[in-house]
Amino acid sequence: MKSNFKVFLKGIIDVSPLMIPVVPFGLIFGVLAIDIGFTPIETMAMSLIIFGGASQIVLLQLFSGGASSLVIISSVGAVNSRHLLYGAVVSEHLSDLKLIWKIIISYFLIDQAFAISNEYLKKNKDNNRYFHLVGGGATCWVIWQSTTFLGIILGAAIPEKLGLSFAVPLTFLALLVNDFRKLINVIVIIISGLVATLGYNYIPFKAYVIVAALAGLFTAMILTTKNKKV
Amino acid sequence: MSNWALILYCGLITYLTRFSMIALIKKEMFNDRIREILSFVPSAIFPAIIFPAIFINDKGLFEIDDNPKILAAIIAMVIGIFSRSIIATIFSGLASYWFLIFVV
Repeated sequence: MKSNFKVFLKGIIDVSPLMIPVVPFGLIFGVLAIDIGFTPIETMAMSLIIFGGASQIVLLQLFSGGASSLVIISSVGAVNSRHLLYGAVVSEHLSDLKLIWKIIISYFLIDQAFAISNEYLKKNKDNNRYFHLVGGGATCWVIWQSTTFLGIILGAAIPEKLGLSFAVPLTFLALLVNDFRKLINVIVIIISGLVATLGYNYIPFKAYVIVAALAGLFTAMILTTKNKKV
Repeated sequence: MSNWALILYCGLITYLTRFSMIALIKKEMFNDRIREILSFVPSAIFPAIIFPAIFINDKGLFEIDDNPKILAAIIAMVIGIFSRSIIATIFSGLASYWFLIFVV
């Protein structure tokens, strides 16, 4: 069995390539948060407390659009619901851990760390294999906090004319690149986008994100049922 | 609600979805059907952020003429489909947007 530290190190090395896109994501977040009017301390606290790129950008987007707190919080919850999908997979590897470790690991369980550690956990049965996940998560934590900090500093220097808020839809677009190749996903994307755009001014409380997401999921449900019968 | 309360609640809900993953959810709780539907969550929710940010302007109005964001987003999407790279998608979109507003 490898030492805890070696497994931790392996997690750092394995996750590193996935950190490259996190850098611009963190910078954009820092710059935009300052631009919208959050204080540097609030911006840093968001990255420390929430520690989730998509959650934080959704928060900014809805906050700047004047959405109510309840709508912002439930939209963040909806964005995070994709994490539930991982549960079935990762919980079986960690079920023997003490509760305290589950509490700690939960903070570091982000998309990138999950993606690489899931492979490692499948292949390794050592008792300390979860250190891989901690290594990957901690790496992402350092990158995310430092790029947020850099973004806060740069934010004051970047002119509004650059239209950096456009980086928000681009970042989410980038997260969907693999889904554009699948027909059902493309249909779901179009339905959700249309509902959100058309409903932007008409759906009360800026709840358009949630309504559009439900419309998209409903579409996926119908299309995947049909698919099976054929 | 103050900004601080908002940040704390958003942090709490983000943490709880992660914690429930490893502490509460068991493999048998999700059948294949639910897993299949959940795999569509990104496709269902991200466009709700993407589309309004492109098509609706600061004043909340639908904008389709003279809107460089549309072409820039299409370029980014095409680059994304072929490169499968998150970075290439973001930067090709920003570069074409800047080209369209500053040069053209």
